[in-house]
Amino acid sequence: MSEQLESGAPTFLDKFPDEAAVVRAALWSSFIALALGAVFGLIQALHRTDVLRLIDSTDYYTVLTAHGVLMVVSFTIFFLVGLFTWATVRSFDRGVESIRYTWTWYGLMVAGTLMAVVAILGGFVPQTDISADVLFTFYAPMQAHPLFYGGLAIFVIGTWLAGADYIWTWRAWAAENPDERIPLQGFMVLTTMLMWYVATIGIAIAVVAFLLPWSLGLFDQINPLLTRTLFWFWGHPVVYFWLMPAYLLWYTVLPTIAGGRLFSDPLGRVVFVLFLLLSTPVGIHHQYVDPGIAEGFKTIAMTNTMFLLLPSLLTAFTVVASVEHGARQRGGTGLLGWLRALPWRNPAFTGMMLAGLMFAAGGFSGMINAGMNINYLVHNTIWVPGHFHLTVGTAVALTLMAATYWLWPQLTNRRLYSRPIGLAQVVIWFVGMGLMSNAMHVQGLFGIPRRTAEPQYEGFDFVASFGSVSELNLQLAIGGTLLFISTMLFVTNIALSAGTPKLSGIGQPLSEPLSTVDDSPEILDNLKLWFGIALVLVVLAYALPLASIIDRGGLLGPGVDPVPMIVEPVAATIEPTLGRLAAAVGSVVP
Amino acid sequence: MNIHNYEKIWLVLSMLLIIGFISTVVYGATAVGIEMVNDEGGTIDSTALDEDDRFSEPRVEKVGEDEYEAYVVARQFIFEPNPIEVPANSTVTFYVTSPDVLHGFEVVGTNANAMVVPGEITELTVEVNEPKEYGILCNEYCGGGHHTMEGKLIVVPEDEFELGDSNDE
Ligand code: HEM
Ligand SMILES: [Cu+2]
Ligand SMILES: [Cu+2]
Repeated sequence: MSEQLESGAPTFLDKFPDEAAVVRAALWSSFIALALGAVFGLIQALHRTDVLRLIDSTDYYTVLTAHGVLMVVSFTIFFLVGLFTWATVRSFDRGVESIRYTWTWYGLMVAGTLMAVVAILGGFVPQTDISADVLFTFYAPMQAHPLFYGGLAIFVIGTWLAGADYIWTWRAWAAENPDERIPLQGFMVLTTMLMWYVATIGIAIAVVAFLLPWSLGLFDQINPLLTRTLFWFWGHPVVYFWLMPAYLLWYTVLPTIAGGRLFSDPLGRVVFVLFLLLSTPVGIHHQYVDPGIAEGFKTIAMTNTMFLLLPSLLTAFTVVASVEHGARQRGGTGLLGWLRALPWRNPAFTGMMLAGLMFAAGGFSGMINAGMNINYLVHNTIWVPGHFHLTVGTAVALTLMAATYWLWPQLTNRRLYSRPIGLAQVVIWFVGMGLMSNAMHVQGLFGIPRRTAEPQYEGFDFVASFGSVSELNLQLAIGGTLLFISTMLFVTNIALSAGTPKLSGIGQPLSEPLSTVDDSPEILDNLKLWFGIALVLVVLAYALPLASIIDRGGLLGPGVDPVPMIVEPVAATIEPTLGRLAAAVGSVVP
Repeated sequence: MNIHNYEKIWLVLSMLLIIGFISTVVYGATAVGIEMVNDEGGTIDSTALDEDDRFSEPRVEKVGEDEYEAYVVARQFIFEPNPIEVPANSTVTFYVTSPDVLHGFEVVGTNANAMVVPGEITELTVEVNEPKEYGILCNEYCGGGHHTMEGKLIVVPEDEFELGDSNDE
């Protein structure tokens, strides 16, 4: 596959060595979180299915908190800031304004993550009273250690400063190029960060105004429905924050890897503007079965949510069209025969395509979630993790890993340690997720709950309308194990790449879109306008529900006392754990 | 701006699909009459459930011909009353609240599934037909013993039903 490398062009590292160092650091932070998260994921997959229980069931929730936070906060967002730094610098073709500033926000994000992780892992250490077994949704009045909320706040501030960094580069560039259109990648980065500013209003208020001071004992009551609603104000758009890096890669990198060009630049912009406008005023769809929120507000959220399908459907079209164009450039012909002309041996390409395929399946199960009355059946069952392991857990995670196979040489001037291992890795992920997610969806239909260490009850059994619960458990555990293996292959492959020889001239310029931005209306690039409309839509969607919640329960809750989540001493559980481990090993070896 | 014809067709189809989804959901919610959990359950001081005559003594009450109300407390890590007994062929409205943290109230294998939030009362109406036993479980994480939190809903034949049965704790 030498076509991939050795183009003679300079790499990102050649042109911007200082920025490349930040990008590498951010990606490494992301991969470390992914690897740790995968260890916890494996423990969960084996524990809840009763295949192998290494930990005490009360500790399951410490593990689950760590898995959730590491995966959807650290892994995804560290990757995002790394990728966006690369995309900003690359597309505006200028270094950051101050590399010290850039390192500063990265440092804040690392500090915030460490604080939160220490608070969570404290749950395993009985000698401390530090703990945060509150899961990544931290619904009050469950209370975590202040370190947890403080860490989250510092992490989010880091991301705000990162956004400001990208805006700074853009403004500096615009001052020198007053008549030019914003380059596509820059446009995607900026709209995504503007969406993030809108979305994080919710979490910032919840954490800084309520949860942090409450955990410090400044007041002792809280309105749980209010903080929960503020959480989901952020909790839905964050889904698009995870997704946008994948979209950026599908739009701007995948066509090049496929040997073609993006179908349409302006349509890509329209899609990102739609996400900026529509991502936030939908969060109440996570609260369809909550008390205290009127039916009308739920219906509005449902309608908005359905319209959010539009940008994703448009993306599906553009991506397929661009890839087909690439295949035809490579000599592919026929109605479907062009598929064979694609670079399937390239792990970056195959990984992204498999991720896209799973996203289509995830979109389908998501539409079921989004319908209000079907939601009753699957709400808080394991169906829901089944769904989001397809979306964020594969469409995003697998795209990011696959893209790394392409991006890493651009950041290091070294080849990937092994492309065949890379190819195997993305395929194993696909198979593993197929198994795990399928089992989760089916179990969810039987009513088996999520977030539950031992979904086995004394008074009743789940009625399996097809398959059996234990078969599905096994399928889930095998899937989870394959995913774990895949993650380890990925991280090892990247780590070993550091030992391959340094090369020069392996830069890979990105191809230009077929329809360029020049013939599209200027208004598309009016970011102030879109940001303003986004704010108005959020006010329309949230002012009344929030006012009604505060009116019902007060700002600081109707007599709800904090419930600190301190797990009982673990020491007592270590011995039985070892005993169980021995028993488990014994039962495997006949 | 030049939009390809295929793109236009795709755009129109996408919009039709979305409008189709919205209509089916709205139809499901209104015409078929599936009831939603909403804000009508009211609020309550969660630190003083024992001062409220519904929740100081969780129980089932008859409120009309074939109409019953069940006052249920979900707390770490039990449901009260347990079991909840109701007669066959009746309409039961559950009022569920919590004195501590969030819980879930899921009648397994049915679409009776809702959140329980301290300070709020979740109101949820279901029709029960045949005599049958259902499991109830908590499907929102509520602490270290979350996985042990379960209960039972027993639909008994009409002639065997007696009020107060479900108060045995
Ligand atoms: C190594 C691969 C993975 C395995 C084996 C795995 C396994 C699991 C399992 C079994 C659960 C369900 C736990 C329960 O509800 O009781 C879970 C939850 C979850 N996973 Fe994963 N997962 C993996 C990768 C990922 C990735 C890549 C992401 C996102 C980027 C992710 C995000 C989540 C989230 C957000 C939850 C829900 C946590 C909660 O309910 O609080 N997982 N995972
Ligand atoms: Cu959502
Ligand atoms: Cu629970």
